[in-house]
Amino acid sequence: MNMSSKHMINILFRRELRSYFATPVAYVFIVIFLVLAGAFSFYLGGFYQRGQADLLPFFNFHPWLYLFLIPAVAMRLWAEERKSGSIELLLTLPVTMWQAVLGKFFAAWAFVGIALAMTFPMWLTVNYLGDPDNGVIVAGYLGSLLMAGAFLAVGSCLSALTRNQVIAFILTVAICFLLLLAGWPLVLDFFRGIGLPLAVIDAIAGLSFLTHFQSISKGVLDLRDLVYFVLMIGFWLYASAVVIDLKKAD
Amino acid sequence: MIETRELSKHYGDLKAVDHISFTVTPGQVLGFLGPNGAGKSTTMKMIAGFLTPSAGSVSVCGFDVQTAPIQAKQVLGYLPEGAPSYGEMNVAGFLDFIADVRGLRGETRRRRIDDAIGRLNLGKVMTQTIDTLSKGFRRRVGLAQAIVHDPKVLVLDEPTDGLDPNQKQEVRALIHAMAKDKTIIVSTHILEEVHAVCDRAIIIADGRVLADDTPAGLEARSRYHQAVSLSTDNAKAAQELLTRIADVAAVVIDPQDGRVTAFPRPGQQIFAAVTEALRQNHFPFHEIALEQGRLDEVFRQITQTAATEAVMV
Ligand SMILES: Nc1ncnc2c1ncn2[C@@H]1O[C@H](COP(=O)(O)OP(=O)(O)OP(=O)(O)O)[C@@H](O)[C@H]1O
Ligand SMILES: [Mg+2]
Repeated sequence: MNMSSKHMINILFRRELRSYFATPVAYVFIVIFLVLAGAFSFYLGGFYQRGQADLLPFFNFHPWLYLFLIPAVAMRLWAEERKSGSIELLLTLPVTMWQAVLGKFFAAWAFVGIALAMTFPMWLTVNYLGDPDNGVIVAGYLGSLLMAGAFLAVGSCLSALTRNQVIAFILTVAICFLLLLAGWPLVLDFFRGIGLPLAVIDAIAGLSFLTHFQSISKGVLDLRDLVYFVLMIGFWLYASAVVIDLKKAD
Repeated sequence: MIETRELSKHYGDLKAVDHISFTVTPGQVLGFLGPNGAGKSTTMKMIAGFLTPSAGSVSVCGFDVQTAPIQAKQVLGYLPEGAPSYGEMNVAGFLDFIADVRGLRGETRRRRIDDAIGRLNLGKVMTQTIDTLSKGFRRRVGLAQAIVHDPKVLVLDEPTDGLDPNQKQEVRALIHAMAKDKTIIVSTHILEEVHAVCDRAIIIADGRVLADDTPAGLEARSRYHQAVSLSTDNAKAAQELLTRIADVAAVVIDPQDGRVTAFPRPGQQIFAAVTEALRQNHFPFHEIALEQGRLDEVFRQITQTAATEAVMV
């Protein structure tokens, strides 16, 4: 009867991931993701015009793409369990809260990872057209995936807060928007303009997804950026577990 | 074995469950009765480890649900109210998932799943999406899920709700068959079910235990216990005749079907006296019966007295 936590998480993970593909939602999401990712980088980012063989314009739009698409994936994580009552089934199986939170989170993350992996033709294209630094591109993908994880962890927590998926979506977009904004040059300039001390501005920027994502996607793999995302994910997942425990019965 | 000690659950000011203590031992089937909102489901959710009690404790097979939740959940099979499941999965996939989480492997796994499918007649819906199943089949899937690991303890919240009469019968037989070595709690609104499957019944209202007895013991509290009823074409005359018997306290004619019922004075047996009186007077009647007592009447009496008391306080 006894089994390792890893094995249990894996069972929950597989069920959850399969359930994404059991409905059209998964396919709709992937198609929209690919179309938008392509459209953004080709039209807005001037993918060709720049005359440079890299994927920077592609990755630059990821934060804004994720801002609306990831909450759509995350909103169902717990809100749906609560709405359908299956949370009562799940949490009365011999599963710990952590196993449940991680199993579901990893499934959502893997799902977004699959969508991200399907952008590989972009990579092939730049390699065909020129001679890009593939190391930087790998770093870009890694940064994008980590950022997606952080978005999802925020969404996991907020979807545990309500049984209404629309509310979960809006809350997640709002919080993620703040976390992005905190690192946006315009916002930081504003803070500088009102004379905030540099240390405070750095701290605000340091909280933002944007700052850390941009430094990774430039190809600079700094341990601090990785640690930031891991901590961010850990924090929001911990908050998810706390919120689920408090709200599961409502 | 299930043991609850002073178990309570408060929602703000509302005491949904208020100091409930009972012990159910292996081989026992406990029926949980009570009006809507009595606290049956809330109690079951605490036993299953879904809700954290506001006070008191529960243990399942000796495992405290709060301090050893995983062990307690391993020995427990639970059908939550409304039989929730993952609607987008098909039945086979869902039961496979539950079997995996329950740690079943190899040959045992196959055998246990097939057994659950067989017992609940799920064979022909195995590939159907759960969302598209009828209500009764969804309930049966929920039951299959609860028994797939052959748990020592079963907590079933309204297991026969929404089942057709044949299936109700089968599920009762199933509970009965499993009762030998298991500890089982079922909640129900169907009083005849108490008779059919339970050997003990607890009636709760407003979160408190009002009665804890065998079904026969509960029936004995009924006004109808040991009463004699008969059907006849001449109800008025029968009433007059039976009223004269010494141990008969009252004779009542049912305004709907005209059935005549004679109630005994407390502790008296009147069946012999009634039949004797009928025979001596050559009184014509269609049939006559000795009443065991009516659970619905006892239920109403117990829960409504409590409600009036609550209003007066
Ligand atoms: N999450 C909640 N928040 C507030 N009150 C609740 C909550 N859940 C249950 N209650 C209240 O607790 C009381 C007991 O509810 P419970 O579901 O245990 O009743 P029940 O005996 O199962 O009733 P039924 O026969 O209708 O299923 C009810 O008054 C209900 O409104
Ligand atoms: Mg109930």
